[in-house]
Amino acid sequence: MTYKNPPTTPRKSATFDDYTLSEIRRAAATGIYDIRGGGAKRKLPHFDDLLFLGASISRYPLEGYRERCDTSVVLGSRYAKKPIELKIPITIAGMSFGSLSGPAKEALGRGATLAGTSTTTGDGGMTEEERGHSQTLVYQYLPSRYGMNPRDLRRADAIEIVVGQGAKPGGGGMLLGQKISDRVAAMRNLPQGIDQRSACRHPDWTGPDDLEIKILEVREITDWEKPIYVKIGGARPYYDTALAVKAGADVVVLDGMQGGTAATQEVFIEHVGQPTLACIRPAVQALQDLGMHRKVQLIVSGGIRNGADVAKALALGADAVSIGTAALVALGDNDPHWEAEYNKLGTTAGAYDDWHEGKDPAGITTQDPELMKRVDPIAAGRRLANYLKVMTLETQTIARACGKNDVHNLEPEDLCALTVEAAAMAQVPLAGTGWIPGKGGF
Amino acid sequence: MPTFDLAKSSLRELNKALHDIKEGSNETSWEVVNPKGSHAVAAGVDQPVAIDVRGSVGYYCGGMNDGGAITVHGSAGPGVGENMMSGTIVVKGDASQYAGATARGGLLVIEGNASSRCGISMKGVDIVVHGDIGHMSAFMAQSGNLVVLGDAGDALGDSIYEAKLYVRGKVKSLGADCVKKKMHPKHIKRLQDLLDRAGVKGVKPEEFTRYGSARTLYNFNIDNADAY
Repeated sequence: MTYKNPPTTPRKSATFDDYTLSEIRRAAATGIYDIRGGGAKRKLPHFDDLLFLGASISRYPLEGYRERCDTSVVLGSRYAKKPIELKIPITIAGMSFGSLSGPAKEALGRGATLAGTSTTTGDGGMTEEERGHSQTLVYQYLPSRYGMNPRDLRRADAIEIVVGQGAKPGGGGMLLGQKISDRVAAMRNLPQGIDQRSACRHPDWTGPDDLEIKILEVREITDWEKPIYVKIGGARPYYDTALAVKAGADVVVLDGMQGGTAATQEVFIEHVGQPTLACIRPAVQALQDLGMHRKVQLIVSGGIRNGADVAKALALGADAVSIGTAALVALGDNDPHWEAEYNKLGTTAGAYDDWHEGKDPAGITTQDPELMKRVDPIAAGRRLANYLKVMTLETQTIARACGKNDVHNLEPEDLCALTVEAAAMAQVPLAGTGWIPGKGGF
Repeated sequence: MPTFDLAKSSLRELNKALHDIKEGSNETSWEVVNPKGSHAVAAGVDQPVAIDVRGSVGYYCGGMNDGGAITVHGSAGPGVGENMMSGTIVVKGDASQYAGATARGGLLVIEGNASSRCGISMKGVDIVVHGDIGHMSAFMAQSGNLVVLGDAGDALGDSIYEAKLYVRGKVKSLGADCVKKKMHPKHIKRLQDLLDRAGVKGVKPEEFTRYGSARTLYNFNIDNADAY
């Protein structure tokens, strides 16, 4: 037997991995940056890196099915004459008609209403589907002002002035021509079939001093009835929260980088903004420094998936959370049922993110009349309501285990972190130690 | 004629009274004195009433106006007539930035000069400026008409969609995708109508140059990337 030199196993580069190589080839072939929907897909420090301690000798728990654990939340109690009260601390985030189909918007309204919470319009105005089927509807006030009018402003239950979103803090929107149906075009005062760019800055105000006057104007138009939210992306959460409060917000909505978008550049989604986990404590700190924690409510979004995430966000100081991507999954987005069709689009169930192309097999992120028939608004709404209820029960389960009779009584003291990064970001001790990075302890 | 003295009553009382006007009300003529730069004066009016504001106003005067005939006997701060739906707003003096931003209908007349970003993102409104307008005016303007009797600043009509711009004086520079266009008889007719409605005398439509979208940026093309 002759001895051959053993071959080395082919080794791929960690830096130039398969995805990176494919993206270089795609860019070279097309000359266009990659646009997609969704939020950051990279692995980030997240709520999974935190654990609840539970009850012990020094903390006693509440009985699971007998002792009450309240979940309701009032939003807008600072200035609004008509604050809104939600049964659960989980709301549906702003998603536009245009990016989503009419039946999908209706399903969100139905599901949220069944669960006792609010849903939110998006960049494209208010549709009858969502107003009619949403008991509590938040109307977004966006830079594009597509579909903005005083009638809808007055029939909204709250108004959300959108400064930024987690997927693209500092970015505007783009709805490509293929999704611009006649109805979408009419709502946006633009010709059918052309790309619709949504500006990244508001057309009539810049900076915190202007924002204060803008909020005054919107309050005057709506006779000081509606709660005014200010939504910010996870950029500089301490200062942005403080400035939103200074400008007169009733509620601050804080969206981390895992928060989704209908469409933007991949490079923007993955490289701009901070993880949700890193944003919460600075925002809460700003509220506390101003003496406004629990007076101006904080809604956190970006990667909320289950009751554990909800409980952790609340424990870190949020008053409520908001879900977008998870709500779409509950409606049927990326369902393996459509695997064959996902394959035809060159992807697989769970990875489909070309929402801007309008070909969604699940009928959710499309304006194709045939595809959108696949969403049964009643059944999909029911699934969303089920999911919201499960999340709420999970949140209560954790809160009771920590001895809380209200989910809002969860606190950082109930938590520990599995990683040094998460301990630093959440400002809770590393598990098994009393050490909070940057704060001391052992 | 009800008169509101903003030195004695609050902005809230004024706007509440204006919002409380019912359809068919006989109180169709209102006067506001001592505005002294107040913000959001007569914001959210939704009945066809005349409102004369005696003095200068701050931000967002007549914001989202839907049917009111508002006259500012002074100058207006930023965002006058923002998102107007219908009605008229006349500013006797000058207007600051973003005049008529995102407005969808009605007529906004600035008898003095307007500042930067006049008609930004306009969505159907008609704007007539007797004097000059500043830079970045009609940025992303979607529809409606902007008429300027004087000069326009830099980057007029940047990223414009279907709005039509008519400038009588000089244009310092045009923004991305905004080009000079031919005046057809229908444009002359429309412009004459706008000039008449804005109370402009002794000026002929033929003295204006029309500008609008070249429509090259309507669908993304990498070879146009330098335009952005």
